[in-house]
Amino acid sequence: METLEHELRSHPFVGDLEPAYLALLAGCAENVEFWPGTFLFREGAPADRCYLLREGKVALEIAALGRGPLIVQTLGAGEVAGFSWLLEPHRWQFDGQALEPVRAVALDGPCVRAKCEQDPRLGFELMRRFAHLATGRLQSTRLRLLDVYGTSHAAPR
Amino acid sequence: MLRPADQVTRGQPWPSRQLWPVVATRPESHDTVTLELEPPAPFTFEPGQFTMLYVPGVGEVPISVSGDPAVTGLVQQTVRDVGMVTHALGTRQPGDQVGVRGPYGTCWPLAGAEGGDVLVVAGGAGLPPLRPALYRLLAHRERYQRIILLYGARTPADLLFTGELAAWRSRFDLDVQVTVDAAATDWRGDVGVVPDLIGRAPFDPAATTAFMVGPEVMMRFTIRALTRAGVPDERIFLSAERNMHCAAAMCGHCQIGPFFVCRDGPVFSYRALGPWLRRREA
Repeated sequence: METLEHELRSHPFVGDLEPAYLALLAGCAENVEFWPGTFLFREGAPADRCYLLREGKVALEIAALGRGPLIVQTLGAGEVAGFSWLLEPHRWQFDGQALEPVRAVALDGPCVRAKCEQDPRLGFELMRRFAHLATGRLQSTRLRLLDVYGTSHAAPR
Repeated sequence: MLRPADQVTRGQPWPSRQLWPVVATRPESHDTVTLELEPPAPFTFEPGQFTMLYVPGVGEVPISVSGDPAVTGLVQQTVRDVGMVTHALGTRQPGDQVGVRGPYGTCWPLAGAEGGDVLVVAGGAGLPPLRPALYRLLAHRERYQRIILLYGARTPADLLFTGELAAWRSRFDLDVQVTVDAAATDWRGDVGVVPDLIGRAPFDPAATTAFMVGPEVMMRFTIRALTRAGVPDERIFLSAERNMHCAAAMCGHCQIGPFFVCRDGPVFSYRALGPWLRRREA
């Protein structure tokens, strides 16, 4: 447990939480590893985990019949893979595939949700962090929607 | 010391256009070509500067010099096909001639970045204007701490200088991170936007100088990420792109507020240009 608390303390997403909260989260955590090509999660499957990435790279992918899978985003060390566990219907929206050997701390979703309900201060703090994360990803998505590299944005010459 | 903004353009002849032969062309992507031109005399320029390239009967456009500033016998200019003139330039063949005048404009303040980390941020066709700076930085590698190149493009097929990127990646003294907006699963690099790379890059914000070129919206998001990370405004430099005609601060086509991009830029400090970037009319 002490090792897990140490892992959590060194992760940028939760590292500055109060020690008591880190200890609470450690009770819901486990260390996990994935080889390249294996999946952390699959679209449509129950989302009961959140991964705090410590090493390696994960691709969020979406597959379409006859088109092949497309990478939506890649995530690396210090980032968080997955917040579908947080809100209903608790189903993964994308596939998450390891592109490199991945080491992560997996947080058990129902366990974390239960602790948040017991301690609304912890719940608010985690919600605030996930809202910040989601906002950042929304801004990145908006920037990509603008297709800024397209020729329509280049000055005609 | 940072170089005064208008020091470089001042004194350049205008409009003394010469015809230079194209000695080689190299496709960099489906819409971008590097021309290798042979000047009649040794040609010197500072990283960040541009020339006006002219195709007889078609028109003239500003194009950044994209080659090594240490090479004076041949001049590289990388052209993306986005209109009539750039299409004509991109389809030049060895033996054809191109009208050239310049170099014009301000340069990257590389001397001012000495002793600290350097962050080079390029988006899309923004890599060619930064390539001479990278050559110069690497030629004087011992003068800088970490040098980091962050480069984003639309898809893997849009990446420029891919052979050189691979060579740069293999160096231990240069950190190269490449991301694209969209990719199939055979792409092993990052997928996401350039500003997202800022949070992953290892640099000391207080001692970092950032140079960036890319679409203006990309640069604005990147500047926000740099500012959040703690890089001071006065150490962020960007290259502005505007419709230029005379390149001698006379016609006003390239004016942004009080600045003529051809004379006062294209390289500006964010502190100077920042207030004008968010205006709808300037």
